[in-house]
Amino acid sequence: MAATARDLSKVESVIQLKGVNKWFGQFHVLTDINLDVKEGEKIVICGPSGSGKSTLIRCINRLEEHQRGDIVVHGVTLSNDVKNIEAIRREVGMVFQSFNLFPHLTILDNLTLAPIWVKKTPKKEAEEIAMSLLTRVRIPEQALKYPGQLSGGQQQRVAIARALCMRPKIMLFDEPTSALDPEMVKEVLDVMIELAREGMTMLCVTHEMGFARAVADRVIFMDRGEIVEQNEPEEFFANPRNERTKLFLGQILHNH
Amino acid sequence: MTDAMPVGDRKPLAPPVDETGPLGWARKNLFSSWGNGITTVVLIAFVVWVLSWFLEWALFTANFTASTGAECRGGGACWALIREKFRYIFFGSFPYEQHWRPLFAVITMLAMLVLSADRRMWNWRLLVIWGVGSFVTFLLMFGQIHIPLSLILFVALAGGGIGLTLRSALAAPSERMAYYALVAIGAMGLVLRIVGVLPAWSIAIAPLSYVETSLWGGLPVTLILATYGLAFAFPYGVLLALGRRSNLPLIKGLCVGFIELIRGVPLISLLIMASVMLPLFLPSGTTIDKFLRAQVAVILFAGAYIAEVIRGGLQSLPKGQFEAADAMGLNYPQKTLLIILPQALRVVIPPLINTFIGFFKDTSLVLIIGIFDFLNTANQALVDPNWAGFPGEVYLFAAFVYFIFCYSMSRYSKYLEHELNKGTRR
Repeated sequence: MAATARDLSKVESVIQLKGVNKWFGQFHVLTDINLDVKEGEKIVICGPSGSGKSTLIRCINRLEEHQRGDIVVHGVTLSNDVKNIEAIRREVGMVFQSFNLFPHLTILDNLTLAPIWVKKTPKKEAEEIAMSLLTRVRIPEQALKYPGQLSGGQQQRVAIARALCMRPKIMLFDEPTSALDPEMVKEVLDVMIELAREGMTMLCVTHEMGFARAVADRVIFMDRGEIVEQNEPEEFFANPRNERTKLFLGQILHNH
Repeated sequence: MTDAMPVGDRKPLAPPVDETGPLGWARKNLFSSWGNGITTVVLIAFVVWVLSWFLEWALFTANFTASTGAECRGGGACWALIREKFRYIFFGSFPYEQHWRPLFAVITMLAMLVLSADRRMWNWRLLVIWGVGSFVTFLLMFGQIHIPLSLILFVALAGGGIGLTLRSALAAPSERMAYYALVAIGAMGLVLRIVGVLPAWSIAIAPLSYVETSLWGGLPVTLILATYGLAFAFPYGVLLALGRRSNLPLIKGLCVGFIELIRGVPLISLLIMASVMLPLFLPSGTTIDKFLRAQVAVILFAGAYIAEVIRGGLQSLPKGQFEAADAMGLNYPQKTLLIILPQALRVVIPPLINTFIGFFKDTSLVLIIGIFDFLNTANQALVDPNWAGFPGEVYLFAAFVYFIFCYSMSRYSKYLEHELNKGTRR
């Protein structure tokens, strides 16, 4: 496990959450979240549904607004300032459970859109970057097709390539394999593992414990809006301390 | 033992013969049972009967050559009336010897519409087509056009501004400089014009005699009201629909208020308001052309309806599309123009064209304020005492012309849906 071999205490923090709280109406969805993510660190967040794990990573690029506490990404504190938000979104790539490719654009256009319009990359250069990324996720031959013509696994790989096109420093994955047929999960996970090995800072909400074992520096367990437990994957799976963690692991490992 | 055969080796079977070909089709769809067969025969007989009666009246006993209404009486349809009156029906009170002008105006507008229907024209060419087409149309109709200096300056300012906002990401430095220059010239010129340094100068293009809008009539009036009404109402409706979904309460409130207000009143009341009430509020001496007022009323009215249609399209998009665009760092105009509207408009093509067709026909309501659109000139053709008593022929003719336009739009809607969904279909 090459990634964990590094001494992370000496590396700079790229994401800091301090006392983050969020409510949906009366419902307290995030309670006093404190989290420090180092550069190059891979974190897997798991927990029962409704535990706030998706909301947590969606707060990092401001798809959701938090109400109390501070979120600092790459030295920029998130606020309502649109310029701040856009600056952070340029550095943070996101992959969704439902892919969210743009169905009216070809695969290539899906990839080059943000580089051309947000980063002002010349079209030709953007297309070269896009093609090299499509090669990396092993579907360069699909470049001129539309998303609707691809399988779920291919679409999710395109979504990963699309996020990478912006050359992000951080990648957020929101249950990237949950909407996939079982036989397609591996092709997406392989791409993610490759990405992790290259040193990308990653936050993944996922129940793929094999993935967590393979690449995670830290596994975080959330329940009812709180971070209940976090640890290195081996310790986390072998010796869960909290009762709720034990119960959850018992349920999901039983199924896998 | 087909089971033992590998799947790849199976020969595909031809479909059963009795279900293909015209005979097979008829047997399957028209005569599949006794009840079905009888229904088919009865309906065919009915259609033949109606059609033969109509053809008898409209064609075989019709009079095409009579010179007065009296000669026409007793036979079938009196198409001689249309022959006698068609120039008035098509062009209204436009000076008779100048009728070639509205004729070419109509041809220009049709060419403009046909050209812009082609998807390959949906870029800068569209601006050229509409710029040239509109100029030619109105030059023919008015005969003379005076372009004031302030309008030229305003166009320069607006053109530069639009260029800067839309092309800021893609433009080469020289192109961007040109936009800045346009904005600078436009803004400076307008300020100087307002202060009074620049004179009230205008370019006069006057190759023909001037014909005021009160003399316009017939098909060009209907086409102008509908074409420009919808051409302005469409972007206006898009803005209203976006405004209605805005997070800013004031903008949202204004848009909702406008839409509900306009939808809550009949178009006729709006037209009467524009023609009777509006002049009361204007300072005495200033007049706004009646035709222009009707045009603005149509735009406002159509805008509200189009806004609601487009809102339906916006609501049909999954939330994930907005989130993906946000997560990539696109700003609001980019997100709206590149991701949201292209998808939302695709969804609403059928109801949108439906609204367009409705408004094409609704323009005939301008007759209430004394504008002679196509239906109104047709109506006026009946007033001639020499030709009294043939309303059926005239209205049938008017209906036929309206049908040609509406049916073309309907077919175009089909084509557009097919064309735009080509790639996205699985």
